[in-house]
Amino acid sequence: MIDLDKDCVIKTEDLTKEYRLGVIGSGTLRRDLQSWYAKRTGREDPNRRIGAKNYEKGDTFLALDGMNIEIKRGERIGIIGANGAGKSTFLKLLARVTSPTAGSIAFRGRIASMLEVGTGFHGELTGRENIYLNGAILGMNRDEVSSKIDEIISFSECEKFIDTPVKRYSSGMFVKLAFSVAAHLDAEILIMDEVLAVGDMKFQQKCIKKMRELAETENRTVLYVSHNMNTIQDLCSRCIVLDQGKKIYDGSVDEAIRYYLGGDKDEFFSYDYNDDEFREPVRRNDVNLINAKYNGRTTNLFTDDEKMPLELTWKNLADVNNLCLRVEVYDARRYPVTSFIIEDFYSGKKGEVNSQRFELDITNITRGRYYTRYVLYNRLSDTSPYEDIDITKGLMFRKQMNDTTSCHWQSTWGSVVLGKAELK
Amino acid sequence: MQNEKITYVTAKRGLFSINFSELWSYRDLAWLFVKRDLVNSYKQTVLGPIWIIINPLLSTTVFTVIFGVIAGIPTDGTPQFLFYMSGNILWSFFSNCFNRASSTFLGNARIFGKVYFPRLIMPISGIMYNLVNYLLQTVVFVAMIIIYSFLGANVHPNAIILLTPVLVIQTALLGTGMGLIVSSITTKYRDLTILVSFGVSLLMYITPVVYPVSKVSESYRWLLLLNPVAPIVETYRYAFLGNGTLVWMYLGISMAVTAVILFLGIIVFNQVEKNFIDTV
Repeated sequence: MIDLDKDCVIKTEDLTKEYRLGVIGSGTLRRDLQSWYAKRTGREDPNRRIGAKNYEKGDTFLALDGMNIEIKRGERIGIIGANGAGKSTFLKLLARVTSPTAGSIAFRGRIASMLEVGTGFHGELTGRENIYLNGAILGMNRDEVSSKIDEIISFSECEKFIDTPVKRYSSGMFVKLAFSVAAHLDAEILIMDEVLAVGDMKFQQKCIKKMRELAETENRTVLYVSHNMNTIQDLCSRCIVLDQGKKIYDGSVDEAIRYYLGGDKDEFFSYDYNDDEFREPVRRNDVNLINAKYNGRTTNLFTDDEKMPLELTWKNLADVNNLCLRVEVYDARRYPVTSFIIEDFYSGKKGEVNSQRFELDITNITRGRYYTRYVLYNRLSDTSPYEDIDITKGLMFRKQMNDTTSCHWQSTWGSVVLGKAELK
Repeated sequence: MQNEKITYVTAKRGLFSINFSELWSYRDLAWLFVKRDLVNSYKQTVLGPIWIIINPLLSTTVFTVIFGVIAGIPTDGTPQFLFYMSGNILWSFFSNCFNRASSTFLGNARIFGKVYFPRLIMPISGIMYNLVNYLLQTVVFVAMIIIYSFLGANVHPNAIILLTPVLVIQTALLGTGMGLIVSSITTKYRDLTILVSFGVSLLMYITPVVYPVSKVSESYRWLLLLNPVAPIVETYRYAFLGNGTLVWMYLGISMAVTAVILFLGIIVFNQVEKNFIDTV
């Protein structure tokens, strides 16, 4: 039995979920008997799919591999990871939809799970009836729903349609109603699997605000799975990164997102593009970038109004005229911040290798970590359209600001500091 | 105030672990499912819930014409319509309970895959839904008995009627218990569904629904009465119409069988419940 600390609401110990690979039975009794008979008499199984890898008994897949997590009251946990990392399996186990293969979970209070929008909604029932039904499915009794129904209806913005069968609702209204029910539950723990993505922007913001409120004022605990780093950053106070069924990071949201998205070439100040790993396909590949570096530097860290001394070296695979460069800058969440555009800086013959230094003014970019992308492009003649001829991932850079105005830059205030505003 | 109750989830689970207090706390849900099904059955129909009553009247009429008038199966002096109606009402209650329970897993896989609530709520709400239908039909049945009595027909309701609640509950538990077993097996073998629906209609013919037990030869009668549904139907008919044979021993055996089946059903259900969503 797990010991649960007083301020701890969820704790898992070596939580493991195993799935069997391959086809589990054929689904009909006749075929299973056939296969069983064939096996006994030593003949080939007549139901084995031709060409399919013959999974032996015991071939398994660990969707979740010995997970240990402790979650405290009032935390807003974000769970991120690539597809198949085990996020949904983890939520399913918490929601008790399926049970673990090994290990255990202890939680305090009730869990309301929203693994899908509008589970259990019934088209023939009206919005109001569905609120009661959905509330009951999520574990509320009639009185609890009755005491909150006005709040739920007004939050859902569906007052006008509340006594209409939900089969006539638009999908947006459906989502709003479903979410409103979940958000007003009395459950101590709320778990959600990428359910906000369907609503419109305004409603999403409202939901995130509501969930933060629940956690901050009523000490509810929220677990949210998403691929949208923006939502995670807005909502969560702590973030867990999963990979292949294991927890690989657990801590602050910014660090977690960096950990999940970052990785490659993080600390480089110079890079040789030997293979095509960081190159995107283009239709007319006239040049190939072979090296990028921050000229004369041994770090990718820039402070205050330091300028970026970028030097690119490339090889012409064809005759090149009027080569142009765009350096695109992305923030840690991989949202575009800005771009530098340098036009017509070079023309040359096929086979030549050439270098060019640029000085990029990154003064206005605020503190944080940035990713870049180099796009080389030109046009064949004055009348033809511009075409990309080489696209590569660029060197990342970090920016440090000595003035310590705020740590809100990048996360909420944005990544670019505009010029002074004057009083008039 | 926050709920401080600690819940533990582990890989293993007891053979017969039903959390009754949890079931009880979800009672509103069971009732809402009943309401949902009632609304769903009769929304956008002309006659609405009146169908609950018309349905057995129609099928009883068919029984009367086919088995009574055409085949000429005797009913031991009881008006044929009442005779068939008594069997028909109880039998359809049984088979509806069975069908509802046997589709618990496959029919609800979607919702079970997304949210947790005690899975037994589903068959329980099935029983409640069918019970509502059954009660309405019984009202009509009793009305028919009264009309026939006034017309001087040969019907003798008697004190065994007091046993009706027990019979009805037993019918529900038997049907549901069998349904739970079938439901658990169909998560793996879908073709069992076809076999079972065939089996149920066959079972009706070895149950004295359309013929009296007295018409079965003495030497086979015991075999017939070993079918757990048979003594229930026969006792039920005896209670309302004073027709038929009441053998306490067979009723007792039937109750014992019901208890065993229900127990088995819940054990199997319990085991399948925890992981069926991974294979369904």
